[in-house]
Amino acid sequence: MGISLSKLTEKTNIWPWLLLAPLGIYMLIFFVVPLAEVAIMSFTEPKVSLANYQKVLTGALYQRVFLNTFVTAAFVTLCCLLVGYPLAYLMAHSKPRTAMLILLLVTMSFWTSFLVRTYSWMVLLGNNGPLIAFLEMIGFDKPPQLLFTRFSSTLAMVHILAPYMIMNIYTVMKKIDPALIRSAESLGARGWSLFRHVYLPLTAPGIANGSVLVFVICLGFYVTPVLLGSPREQMIAGLIGHQIEEFLAFGLGSAMAMILLVVTLIILTIYHRRFGLDKLWG
Amino acid sequence: MTNYLQLSNITKTYGHFTALDDVSLSVDKGEFVTFLGPSGSGKTTTLMIIAGFEKASGGKVQVGGQSISELAPHERNIGIVFQNYALFPHKTAVENVYFPLQMRGVSRSKGLRQAEDTLSLVGLKGFGHRHPKELSGGQQQRVALARALVFEPSLLLLDEPLGALDKNLREQMQIEIKRIQRSLGVTTIFVTHDQSEAMSMSDRIVVFEKGRIEQVAAPLDIYHRPQTSFVAAFIGESNLIPATITSGAGRTAENSTLGAFQYAATDILADGQKVTLLIRPEHIKLSRNPIEGRKNVRMIVETIVNYGDNALVIGRAGDIPMRVRMLGADVVIIREGEECCISWMPEAVFVITK
Repeated sequence: MGISLSKLTEKTNIWPWLLLAPLGIYMLIFFVVPLAEVAIMSFTEPKVSLANYQKVLTGALYQRVFLNTFVTAAFVTLCCLLVGYPLAYLMAHSKPRTAMLILLLVTMSFWTSFLVRTYSWMVLLGNNGPLIAFLEMIGFDKPPQLLFTRFSSTLAMVHILAPYMIMNIYTVMKKIDPALIRSAESLGARGWSLFRHVYLPLTAPGIANGSVLVFVICLGFYVTPVLLGSPREQMIAGLIGHQIEEFLAFGLGSAMAMILLVVTLIILTIYHRRFGLDKLWG
Repeated sequence: MTNYLQLSNITKTYGHFTALDDVSLSVDKGEFVTFLGPSGSGKTTTLMIIAGFEKASGGKVQVGGQSISELAPHERNIGIVFQNYALFPHKTAVENVYFPLQMRGVSRSKGLRQAEDTLSLVGLKGFGHRHPKELSGGQQQRVALARALVFEPSLLLLDEPLGALDKNLREQMQIEIKRIQRSLGVTTIFVTHDQSEAMSMSDRIVVFEKGRIEQVAAPLDIYHRPQTSFVAAFIGESNLIPATITSGAGRTAENSTLGAFQYAATDILADGQKVTLLIRPEHIKLSRNPIEGRKNVRMIVETIVNYGDNALVIGRAGDIPMRVRMLGADVVIIREGEECCISWMPEAVFVITK
């Protein structure tokens, strides 16, 4: 009797599902359905075939753009790591005031719309911008082209994505037990050997988290490379936009989007197997 | 070798707060010395100054005749076991133990072999490949001990290493640490606030209170001949009775409620000196009627706690609270609320002048 009663209450307890319903319906209408539509289009536009995939996977242009996207994402991740690690270290181990100040700068930059940050770089690096003016002042006759290059888009992407890296590494650094460092010192470690054998391995989870986040976000980055980058060195998201907006090649664009999605999912799956996705957000 | 570790006039201040006030101590080579005291008494600060993690505001630390005050922690060659073990989570047990050797440039094959040998010494043969999180608390403790010993340190410092273990394991580890320390002959400083740990393991105990050393003595000396009432109250259970010496030559003191006391001190104290009399609860006999040849006092029994093997009887003799320890089987002669007689021999009364 008691068992059947509890089973009944378990079954009839639909409240959690009801509470979840608004979000679920929203996600269904605005995420699942459009995504399914993109998936279907990649096989059916302009006619039912695998032609779109064949074209994307074998065409030299597409291959080059995919390769460029991965190389750029990897390079941006590396730059974020090189910039972010020392900054995270300062944040984690400075006096509270200094740490607060750095944290404030990082989060302020993080909260500012990336569109605003992208346009700021346009102003800073543009031909009439302060940087060019400075270069001319110190004697450059013909200052180098800064805007609309691989340099400018990489710089801006590193700036926009670095907070993800910094916050992930910072969280892990903050959690390191000071006794571990003391114990390493008492056992004879110092400087570089202490860093290499103890500190760096202890912060490795933060590096992995930050790198995956930055890499994955960077793979699908659209606005910044389109606005700041060189048109000759497109990234995949830019090319997708191009296909759809200018050539109205919905099928081809969808196929590229699906491939990007699958690659991203594969990376996240590997990460999940190794570390657990739930750790990604700290 | 005497005076192997020498602390001379160590002081430590944080702003206006004095954490350590003129601490001096000398420890012999191979000795096991325990720093005992309540939290905030300065015992851990002293340990951290020896280890080099805290800088003394004044005074000097010497090991083997050499001052180490100016050396950084990694130059001191001191093995430390931390309270939470501080094992490197990304290294296996044997890699943890190999670490100090690695830092000293010992080759991997030789160092790992040596680490395995040290793990065997602490009873962890065959556990080397496990990561710390795959080991129990007691096993982690042993790895930490092996790691602190493998490089033959000049000193071994143990910072409340048994605090996180349950009671049975703790007693087992006390014996184990003592055995290993004896077999290696390493000079050891052990910090604890657990007096039974201090009593069972130490050659000598240093009692800390408010940044000062209250007493340094062998465990039984500390127990039977505490020099201050703080030590008497902190170590073991005690009945402390304020009194005045009425006849120094006659070894007699008097308390206003309990009357005249005979005691058995050797030094002759000045008449009229204010003192504290210590009587340990197990030296007091509880009976229905006064016993000939002993000092007898009437006591109202307030609480009886029977632990089975022994019982604690708490009562009041006049306005003075008294505790009596007796065999659990003997406690039947009395009930709570009744009046009884408590008595002791003059030898059970120890006079504390500070």
